[in-house]
Amino acid sequence: MGIDISQFLETFYEESFEGLDIMETALLEMDTGEVDDEAINTIFRAAHSIKGGSGTFGLNSVSDFTHVLETLLDEMRDGKRAVTKEAVELMLITVDVLREMLIALRESADVDTDRVAKIHSELEIMLKGEAAVVEATTELTPSESSASAAGWVVNFRPHVHMFKTGNDPVRMIKELSDLGEMSVHCNVDGLPALDDLDPEECYLSWRIEIKGDNVAQDAIKEVFDWVEDDCDLDISSQHAVAELSAAVAVEATPVDEPVVTSAEPASVPNTPLESPIPQTPSAPKAPVTAKKAAGTESGSIRVSIDKVDALINMVGELVITQSMLNQLGEDFSMDKLQRLQEGLAELEQHTRELQENVMRIRMLPISFAFNRFPRLVHDLSQKLDKKIEIKLSGENTELDKTVMEKIGDPLVHLVRNSLDHGIESPEVRKANGKPETGTLELNAYHQGGNIVIEIADDGAGLNTARVREKAVEKGLINENDQMSDEKINELIFHPGFSTAEQVSDVSGRGVGMDVVRRNIKDLGGGIELKSEFGVGTKITIRLPLTLAILDGQLMRIGNETFVIPLVSITESLQVKAEYVKSIAGDAELYKLRDEYVPVVRLHDVFGMEPDTKELIGGLLVVVEGDGHSAGLFVDELMGQQQVVIKSLESNFKPVDGISGATILGDGTVALIIDIPGLVQLARKKSHRAKPRGTIAA
Amino acid sequence: MPTILAVDDSASMRQMVAFTLKGAGFTVIDAVDGEDALEKAKGTSATVDLVLTDVNMPRMDGISLIRELRALPKYKFTPMLMLTTESGGDKKMEGKSAGATGWIVKPFNPDQLLATIKKVLG
Repeated sequence: MGIDISQFLETFYEESFEGLDIMETALLEMDTGEVDDEAINTIFRAAHSIKGGSGTFGLNSVSDFTHVLETLLDEMRDGKRAVTKEAVELMLITVDVLREMLIALRESADVDTDRVAKIHSELEIMLKGEAAVVEATTELTPSESSASAAGWVVNFRPHVHMFKTGNDPVRMIKELSDLGEMSVHCNVDGLPALDDLDPEECYLSWRIEIKGDNVAQDAIKEVFDWVEDDCDLDISSQHAVAELSAAVAVEATPVDEPVVTSAEPASVPNTPLESPIPQTPSAPKAPVTAKKAAGTESGSIRVSIDKVDALINMVGELVITQSMLNQLGEDFSMDKLQRLQEGLAELEQHTRELQENVMRIRMLPISFAFNRFPRLVHDLSQKLDKKIEIKLSGENTELDKTVMEKIGDPLVHLVRNSLDHGIESPEVRKANGKPETGTLELNAYHQGGNIVIEIADDGAGLNTARVREKAVEKGLINENDQMSDEKINELIFHPGFSTAEQVSDVSGRGVGMDVVRRNIKDLGGGIELKSEFGVGTKITIRLPLTLAILDGQLMRIGNETFVIPLVSITESLQVKAEYVKSIAGDAELYKLRDEYVPVVRLHDVFGMEPDTKELIGGLLVVVEGDGHSAGLFVDELMGQQQVVIKSLESNFKPVDGISGATILGDGTVALIIDIPGLVQLARKKSHRAKPRGTIAA
Repeated sequence: MPTILAVDDSASMRQMVAFTLKGAGFTVIDAVDGEDALEKAKGTSATVDLVLTDVNMPRMDGISLIRELRALPKYKFTPMLMLTTESGGDKKMEGKSAGATGWIVKPFNPDQLLATIKKVLG
C-alpha cells in the first residue's frame, strides 16, 4: 500500500524528547533517595515508547540502542537487578546519547557513532556483568522452522471458551486455505443436545488436511499463534519428504482417526467457506525508512485541550452576542438603547476575554525552562565536589514561549554562577556552621503583568568589600565614592566586571553578568540582586508575560503620537540651559548628574515638524538601551497604556529607529520607538563628533 | 465500514495507526490510554468491531483495558489485539488470559497492520 509514515516523524521526535526529559527527571530523583517502583515504571515506559516508535519509523540505530537500556530497566522493574548509583549514572549518559542521536537524525546530521558504540557496550557489560537471571532464549532450530512436507494433517480442537477471546475458528480455517489445497472434516461429537447448548461456547473440532509443495510447518503454526493455549492442536506430516523426515518426526504424532477426506470443505454453521477469502500478504515488508527529517523544525506549539476548549467556548459566546446585536439593529428604536448598551458591554467583555485566551495559547509553564536544572545541578555538583540540593517551586507559572526561549541561557548562567561561586564546598560550609548540603532554590510566580523568577542560594554571598575593591581597580567607581552595599553589589552587572579570580570551565569564559542583564533588558525585563556575605544570594528577574503587549508611554512630536516602552525610560526632565553642551555642529550632550548623555532630536531623526526646535525649556525623556543612555527630545508626554504590538516589518517594511506600530483607542496608528536602535544611533553620532568635541567634565 | 478503537499513549503511533486505518476506510475512535479508551468504549453508540491497544500505558494499561472491556456485554466477543514488542512474551500470555484475541508485534508497518486487521475482521 505504501503509506508514507514519515509525516509522523516530527511527532515522534517531540514525544521522544519529552520522554527523555521524563526519564532524566525520574533518574535524578532516584539518585537522591530510595528507589520506587513507579519511578522505574515511568522510565521503562518512556524507553519502551522510544524503542517502539523508532522501530516503527525505521530508526533502527535508536531502537537497537534503546533495546539494551530497556532490558536493563526491565530487570530492575522485576527486582532482578539492584538500582546502583553506577547504573543510574550510566542511564543518565544513555539518555544524553539518545537525545544526541535523535537530534542528529532529526537534523539529518551525523551521529557520533563512536560515543554511541561506547555507551552501548558499557550498557551491555553492565547487563552481562551482574545479570541475575539470564533469560533463556527459545530459538527454533533451523531444521524445525523450515520443515515442509508434501502435506499436513491438522487436528484442531478449540477449547469451549475460545469465542470469549474474540477468536473464531473459522478465521483460522480460512487462513489455512490460503496455504494450499485443503480438505476439512468437522467433528460434531462434542455437540450437546439443543437444550444444553450454550451458543457462546465452542463444541466443534476439526481435522484439516492441507496439500501442497513447500507448505512450511511454521506457516501453519503461525495461523494458530494467538490460540496456542486455547486449543488442542497437533500438526503432523502426511508424506514426509525423505530428507526432512528426521526433523519432522519429532513433531509428528500418529493420526488416531481414520482420515475422512471430503472434496468440499466441511460445513461450518453460517459461514460458507466458498465466500471470498481475504488476501493476506505473507511476506512482511521492511519498515518504511524515513527520509525527510531535515527542515521540519517549525515554530509549532503544543496547546493543551482545555485552552482550545476555552477559546471555542469564548467564540460561541461572541457569536451569540453578535446575533443578539444583529437582531437589535434590524428594527432599532431609542427605547431599546439600554439593551444595545448592555449588548455592547457584553461584546467588550467577550472580546477582552477572547484576547486573554488567545494570549494564553502562547503561554507555557516555566517548567520547560526549569526542568533542565536538576540535571545541571547533579552534574556540576559532582564536578565541583559540592553537595547541592535543588528546590523548584512555581513550575506551573506560565509565560510566553518566546520569552521562555530567550530566558533559558541567562538562567543557566545564573544557576552556574550560584553553584560555582555561591555555594561553598562541604568542608567550608561545615567550618562555617552551615549544613554540608547547600540549597539552590528556583521559584517563579506572577505579579501584575509580569512573571518573577527567583534564584536563591544559601552560599557565600557577595563579598561587598571585594566587589568595591575590584570596581575601584577597574575604574568603575572612585575610591572615595559613597555607595550603599546594594549599589556596590549591583556593579557586578556592569560590563567587563568579573569577580571570579580565575575563569573556570563551569561558569564560562568571560561572559559576565552584564550579558545576562542585557538579555533580560532586551526582553523588557529587569534583574535585581540581594546578597548577604556568608548567608546567600538571591537574584530576582522580572519579565513581561508576553512580548506581544507592551507597557507604553505615549508622547507627541508635532501631530504624531509615538510610544516609548515604559521599561526603557529612566526619567523625564525639563531641559536646563546650563547642562546643555553642543559639540561639533549638531551633536548635543546633556549633563545628567555625573554623566553626559547624547540628545536625540526625534523630529530630526524622523524628519518631522515639531512644536518647537528650542531645546532649552523643552522635554527630555532619558532612556536606556543596550546599557547606554540617551535623552529623547519630545514635544509632549501623554498617558501611559498597554499597547498591542503590530509588526511593521510584515505589514510595511523595516524602519530604522522604529520597532513596530500599534493602534490606539481612537483608531490612529502610533509608532513604537526602538530604543536600543536610537541609542546606538545617538552614540555613533556623538562618537564621530568627539575628536573635535569639547567635553571635559 | 467497521469501527476500530485504537489506543496508544504515544502520539506518533496513534497518528500513524489512525491515518493508516482511516486511509483503508475504517472509522477510527482513538484514545490516549486505557481509562480514556474505556470511557469512549462505554460512551459510544457505535458498534466497535475491533479494539487495538498498546500494552504499556500510564493510568490504565492495555491488559487491564481488555479485561474491563471483556466484562461488558457489548464487548464480550469483540476482537481485541494488543500492540506489543517481541520482548513482551509474558505480556502476550497475560493479555490472553485477560481476554485478548491476539497481538501485533511492534515494530510493524502500515501494510502489516492492515493485513492483520483484515485477517481478523474477515
